[in-house]
Amino acid sequence: MANQATEPERPHGLLVEVAGIDLKLGGNLVLAGVALTASEGEIVTLIGPNGSGKSTLVRVVLGLLEPDRGSVYMRPGTRVGYMPQRVVVDEMLPLTVGRFLALGVPAAGARPRAVLAEVGAAGLAGRPIQRLSGGEMQRVLLARALLREPDLLVLDEPVQGVDVTGQGELFELITRIRDRRGLGVLMVSHDLHLVMASTDTVVCLNHHVCCTGRPEAVSRHPEYLALFGPLAERGLAVYTHQHDHRHAVGGEAAPLAAPPPRQDAAEDTAEDAAETEGRSHG
Amino acid sequence: MDDFLLRALLGGIGVAMVAGPLGAFVVWRRMAYFGAAMAHSALLGVALGLLLELDLNVAVIAVCGALAVLVAALERYKGLATDTVLGIVAHVSLAVALVALAFMETARVDLFAYLFGDILAVTRLDLVWIYGGGLTALAAVVAMWRPLLAATVHEELAEVEGAPVAGVRLAFMLLLALVIAVGLKVVGLLLITSLLIIPAAAARRVARTPEQMAVIASAIGCLAVAGGLYGSLRWDSPAGPSIVVAAAVLFTAVTLATLAFTRRG
Repeated sequence: MANQATEPERPHGLLVEVAGIDLKLGGNLVLAGVALTASEGEIVTLIGPNGSGKSTLVRVVLGLLEPDRGSVYMRPGTRVGYMPQRVVVDEMLPLTVGRFLALGVPAAGARPRAVLAEVGAAGLAGRPIQRLSGGEMQRVLLARALLREPDLLVLDEPVQGVDVTGQGELFELITRIRDRRGLGVLMVSHDLHLVMASTDTVVCLNHHVCCTGRPEAVSRHPEYLALFGPLAERGLAVYTHQHDHRHAVGGEAAPLAAPPPRQDAAEDTAEDAAETEGRSHG
Repeated sequence: MDDFLLRALLGGIGVAMVAGPLGAFVVWRRMAYFGAAMAHSALLGVALGLLLELDLNVAVIAVCGALAVLVAALERYKGLATDTVLGIVAHVSLAVALVALAFMETARVDLFAYLFGDILAVTRLDLVWIYGGGLTALAAVVAMWRPLLAATVHEELAEVEGAPVAGVRLAFMLLLALVIAVGLKVVGLLLITSLLIIPAAAARRVARTPEQMAVIASAIGCLAVAGGLYGSLRWDSPAGPSIVVAAAVLFTAVTLATLAFTRRG
């Protein structure tokens, strides 16, 4: 467990630390000076618009892509459970859920059924993998990742193809798994407000790290707001009803209890709309 | 039974047995076009073999293997779509081979035999190649079954889980080259892909597991060889194409049978 003598001193429980990552793909700088850490028991969520480099960063962390510059550290012996963004098994391949799970871990014995039960997908073991609903597929993918007894779960858009109620349930499940197993979670989402309640740290990415911190702080950060626009504010208003204090104009990550004055008329309009919607939701 | 007929049957069955599991992977990995492209380039192997006075099996395996390595290398650069690369490589190598063969006045090449197979002319040495190569390929597929299957389902997931994804992909392509080389004699380069794909597609209708599908595909391939040879004798039709027709008849029969069964059940 102790750090190697040659390694820099790292805090106990740190699983992943990447720093100064530059990566070009096809001539475009996809990642520029990106840094990120994840520790045991911590849920870190990467958010950012489409094409902002979230999945690319995940691939760097997993060792699937070699960065042009920067360091990637993973604690020696860390077992990783990975849930890719999208898994579509060809219709021509006769594969049951049970066999699919066993592909990740040989000779898993009776454990697949136990893990399926853990993710709320008991009874699916004999089902052809192509006959799953979106939510069932995501749970099966989570089960395959958990079968490896991971120290770190890496989830790329774990609620993809799942309806809104299902999304909430899935995030709750991920939080429960973290609580029970004490593992670290690094996940990707395109929507901060969906993951707000189930994340400890948010890293807002748009090729570079715009801001990072606790979800409430990030949701009020000017760079975050600039990136996601009025839509983000609306979402914030609807989901958390905290529209009377935000906007750390021109500053760094806004502290939780520092409500700077509002500035922009356009934002007020957005907020009014949000307020209306918020009330109509009760 | 005549000797040549027995050799034809044995040769065809040898190729069909290994074409079963390999064909299943070709279907699962959507590599039908890759298989066809590789088969087309086999004629370049024949031309090179004649030119350099090499054993033709060795030359074909070498050229098909080189194509596998080339495509695997080109796939790393995202500039061209894989099927475009395959289309270029396949037809250019076929054209170059035809031009080269035309210039070789000393060698009288039975082009038809390479294009459509000459199973009735299978020799003892061919049988050694078919069974030697076939058993090697079968053993290799069995040995790398799990990582190959995992990589077929999802390459990145398999890689994160520690499967040697790049290695098994290249190994699979090389095995395909081997099977195409030995299968050339049986159905020819224009039809070899069908012996990979049709039995596997028919097997999908009844198989419940990947392993069942591979084994059933082998069995259907063997039946197609026997049926095609029988038809060829009976109606004096060309043997290689008759085997493919027999495979198509089996595919249709299995499909109709399963459709009828599921409708009634």
